[in-house]
Amino acid sequence: MKKDNIIEIKNLNKWYGDFHVLKDINMQVKKGEIIVVCGPSGSGKSTLIRCINYLEQFQKGSITVDGIEVVDDIKKIKSIREDVAMVFQHFNLFPHLSIIDNLTLAPIWVKKKSKKEATDIAMKYLERVGIADQVDKFPNQLSGGQQQRVAIARSLCKNPNVMLFDEPTSALDPEMVSEVLDVIVELASEGRTMICVTHEMGFAKKVAHRVVFMDEGQIVEENTPDKFFDSPESDRLKLFLKQILSH
Amino acid sequence: MAVFQTIQTQEAPSNTKGVAHWIRVNLFSTPANIAMSFTAIALLFWIIPPFVQWAYVDANFVGDTREDCTGGGACWVFIKMKLDMFMYGFYPAIEVWRLKTALVLFLFVIAAFKYLKNNKLIFLVFSLYMVVAYILVSGGYFGLETVPTNKWGGLMLTIVVATVGIVFSFPIGIIIAFGRASSLPVIRSICVTYVEFIRGVPLITILFMSSIILPLFFPEGMTFDKLLRALIGITFFQAAYVAEIIRGGLQSIPQGQYEAADAQGFSYWQKMLLIILPQALKVAIPNLVGAFISLLQDTTLVLIIGLFDLLAMVRVASADSSWIGMETEGYVFVTFVFWAFCYFMSLYSKKLEYRYNTNLK
Repeated sequence: MKKDNIIEIKNLNKWYGDFHVLKDINMQVKKGEIIVVCGPSGSGKSTLIRCINYLEQFQKGSITVDGIEVVDDIKKIKSIREDVAMVFQHFNLFPHLSIIDNLTLAPIWVKKKSKKEATDIAMKYLERVGIADQVDKFPNQLSGGQQQRVAIARSLCKNPNVMLFDEPTSALDPEMVSEVLDVIVELASEGRTMICVTHEMGFAKKVAHRVVFMDEGQIVEENTPDKFFDSPESDRLKLFLKQILSH
Repeated sequence: MAVFQTIQTQEAPSNTKGVAHWIRVNLFSTPANIAMSFTAIALLFWIIPPFVQWAYVDANFVGDTREDCTGGGACWVFIKMKLDMFMYGFYPAIEVWRLKTALVLFLFVIAAFKYLKNNKLIFLVFSLYMVVAYILVSGGYFGLETVPTNKWGGLMLTIVVATVGIVFSFPIGIIIAFGRASSLPVIRSICVTYVEFIRGVPLITILFMSSIILPLFFPEGMTFDKLLRALIGITFFQAAYVAEIIRGGLQSIPQGQYEAADAQGFSYWQKMLLIILPQALKVAIPNLVGAFISLLQDTTLVLIIGLFDLLAMVRVASADSSWIGMETEGYVFVTFVFWAFCYFMSLYSKKLEYRYNTNLK
């Protein structure tokens, strides 16, 4: 394994019952690299990134994150999850807790930080995503875009090396997509490793180092954004790009 | 084309609000509705005046023997003279102050919940109260004379049985609900079997089992307090129902909440206790309170294993030769007491729902 690869995925295979969702996935991610994964729905792209922090179990192959193998071992999973943050399509904020409590809960209970320290860190990130004035509200009182920005701030609290985004803007009203993308673009400039499943192709062109196209559980094509969009090789990708960029 | 202008918000038309409007819309909107409204009013006229006549206008309040009840209505003198018995059973009169102290402390604790925001503190205060109340009621410590449980009775016994049943069935029910939702097949099947067994058996059977069959399993000569056996039976009975209600709450929590908790590195117990359970309980409050109201009413069944709760006390009191035939007054009184308790629980449930509602705040 090369030293500068933070994530190594080798021959990854996953089945849901008899359904083969991921087929021989091989992928290396360098430290600081920003990767956009796209593809039609059901192509396995969300499943792939959910395997990285073991929200999904897989049956064959291996994943290594920062030298730790992703296996069914509580200690290893715990240390991987301390290093890898995830932002979900439906935000998944805890509705019974205020915004500030949403951010401090994991630092206090998982990392055993003091309440004051956790609050200071939380406020720092809430200021960065522009929600610092609403910390005592509850998630349901915020708009979708605001909730997703809070979710991003929450995932930043553990200062993760890797960030996974699972379609972070798909559940948002069109007016709110850009406020969330702006936050992610800003994060991208910090040198954190990011893997983002999204259909926002403008975003991909702007920040991605590499774009990966998946279909039917396989990686069909991967390339730098310029080549990916300007000279796609496979017919499947040409068709996909034509459909999503046609209007 | 005209330039766009924002329209000022205006008041709603006056004929769409007010009392007259409410009556028209809710009581007299359709012929069927009119018929039902009049039937309901007629029924109320048929029931309420005779009851008021009996319970208040013709009733007797003064005096201290049966002979003082000269009017044709209810003889509340009976309740007045037997009140201590209804409240405290056969508890020694000179020790009754201990029960009163426990009750006053209870009201203080309930009132304090309103101001305590810290769950740990609430738990501590309540646990402390349970210990203090036990020492006060049962005695045996600090020079308090022990009052054996066969002297306990009346409303006090009803409250003891209901409170112990509620307080202990709650955590057991939560653990069983977690077990039923567990991914480990052994734990899951143990919990499913438990719940299905208990729910398939009437409470009376459980009470008989705990008072007659359970002692057979203990070594000879070992005696086990009758009330304690009943309490254990009721607690484990209620736990099965609590578990099912909480399971319903757990199922209403979206998968995303579990995933968000996992992704942040919470352990199983942290995830369940900090994130999933609080949300599940919030959903379950109305049903939980419903189950606890049922439990309060079910406590009257302890009569069949020889414990004298409030309802049983009415029978004992009206068997007194100088008060023969006073059952009606007794049962009306008991009805009122039970209703008051259940209604209070119902109101408290609404308060809790409001307190934990994070959607509207």
